[in-house]
Amino acid sequence: MSIMTRRGFGGGLVAGSGLLLAGCDALVSAPRARALVQGAEQATQRWQRLVGRDALAREFSAADISPVFKANGTIAPVEPGYQAHAAANFVDWRVRVSGLVERPLSLSLAQLQALPARSQITRHDCVEGWSAIGGWAGPPLALLLNAAGVKASARYVVFLCADNYGGKADEGGLKSRTRYYESIDLVDAWHPQTILALRLNNAALDVAHGAPVRLRVERQLGYKHAKYVEEIMLVDDLASFGSGRGGYWPDRGYEWYAGI
Amino acid sequence: MAADGTLVKRHSAWVRMTHWFNFVAVLVLLGTGLNIFNAHPYLYWGASGTTVDTGGRWLAIGSLRERGMVMVGTTTFDTTGLLGRSAAKNGTVQNIAFPHWATIPSWRDLGLARNWHFAAAWLLILNGVVYLAYGAFSGHFRRKLVPGPAELRPANIARDAVEHLKLEFPKGREALDYQILQKIAYAGTALLLLPLLVFSGIGMAPGMDASWPWLVDLFGGRQSARSVHFIATNLVVAFIIVHLLMVVLAGPFRLMRGMITGWQRVETAK
Repeated sequence: MSIMTRRGFGGGLVAGSGLLLAGCDALVSAPRARALVQGAEQATQRWQRLVGRDALAREFSAADISPVFKANGTIAPVEPGYQAHAAANFVDWRVRVSGLVERPLSLSLAQLQALPARSQITRHDCVEGWSAIGGWAGPPLALLLNAAGVKASARYVVFLCADNYGGKADEGGLKSRTRYYESIDLVDAWHPQTILALRLNNAALDVAHGAPVRLRVERQLGYKHAKYVEEIMLVDDLASFGSGRGGYWPDRGYEWYAGI
Repeated sequence: MAADGTLVKRHSAWVRMTHWFNFVAVLVLLGTGLNIFNAHPYLYWGASGTTVDTGGRWLAIGSLRERGMVMVGTTTFDTTGLLGRSAAKNGTVQNIAFPHWATIPSWRDLGLARNWHFAAAWLLILNGVVYLAYGAFSGHFRRKLVPGPAELRPANIARDAVEHLKLEFPKGREALDYQILQKIAYAGTALLLLPLLVFSGIGMAPGMDASWPWLVDLFGGRQSARSVHFIATNLVVAFIIVHLLMVVLAGPFRLMRGMITGWQRVETAK
């Protein structure tokens, strides 16, 4: 008998929607489909640059500062080298500026602290959805770029960090799959609010928030704000870092341009 | 005048095309949006809010002692099996805000969900611009969606509401024009809710916050924009449920034919 009973129809509906959902999963995770939708990232970046290439991120008043600034991602690096620096209060920490520059630099924390600092109270937006407001201070990246002399062939600034996120300690190196790194283009690099933050809410940066040096790139999401920065490299191509998408999270499918 | 039983041109090619592009965009936006929401299933009013700064929080979906919970304001609801705690695709019970069958993809994947969400958002916006331009300049909005003064009289709205509740749908040529509740629902969704979703979404983008700070102010801060985005989503879901229900009750094959081919048979009046 092949009578379409109500139960049979209902069961068919459930099975059908199950098939639909399974097909949906297969479609959205297919590499070619994903590559196609990732094209939206360029559209977003072009649009945002068109309507506000040099726009400043909103700055808040001291009264708006979040009572507790949520720390996320790596909050306590396990690398022995980093821990030795932390134990010594980062007196020997150095930040190198390398790659496509006229004059490579190696700056001590004291030298960074002696540079003119910019203070800004801004909202930090995590890709997860939350926001926290904090007051950051430190030298603008532009000061270091000027001092080092950016070569005309440079297109990106890569920030190499001391932490291996979610991976084994000390597996560093440019191609490491675990070393945290991030990169921005030169528009954001020269932006006046792009600073190397040394202080949060009028205190020296603590380990959870990226001590002793973290990037602030205020018009993009939190994962772009590299913590524990030890090297700033000017490059013309991102292919030689990690998996080649320009950052720890971009290598894992997140947008490289995180203005959205 | 179309006689009963004849085929008449119901929907223009522009309306049909934008309707189905919109259908795809909204479906993807909804499923990926719920996946994105699952990454931080809390909502706040104001500029900021986190798991350690909950002053502005008004909604939370989570789990407590192996029960799924939704907290709205200070009221808590047990939603085990649906919200906060539910079975994954492989049957394993997991703590997750929206269940796997409601999200795209069915597993937690913020990066993949965001890739698709923003691609679908561009489709929704470009398709919406085409639809609005067509609707405004062709007279489509004026002829089909804008209610006349007589239609807006409370008595007429009440009559239409009663007919809907009694599931008495207009027959014959009368069915070719939208009734007042239909006009309000369609215009409200296409001209208010979807634009609200687009702008509250843009209001969450840190890059746009720098360029268009007035937009974020309009919503009362970035976390408020996120809350408005979520509430408007719920209203769109409510519209979709009623819309589908009405299509099924009023004649799914006749109406689907109209929206796909443009031609619709005039039903014989009783």
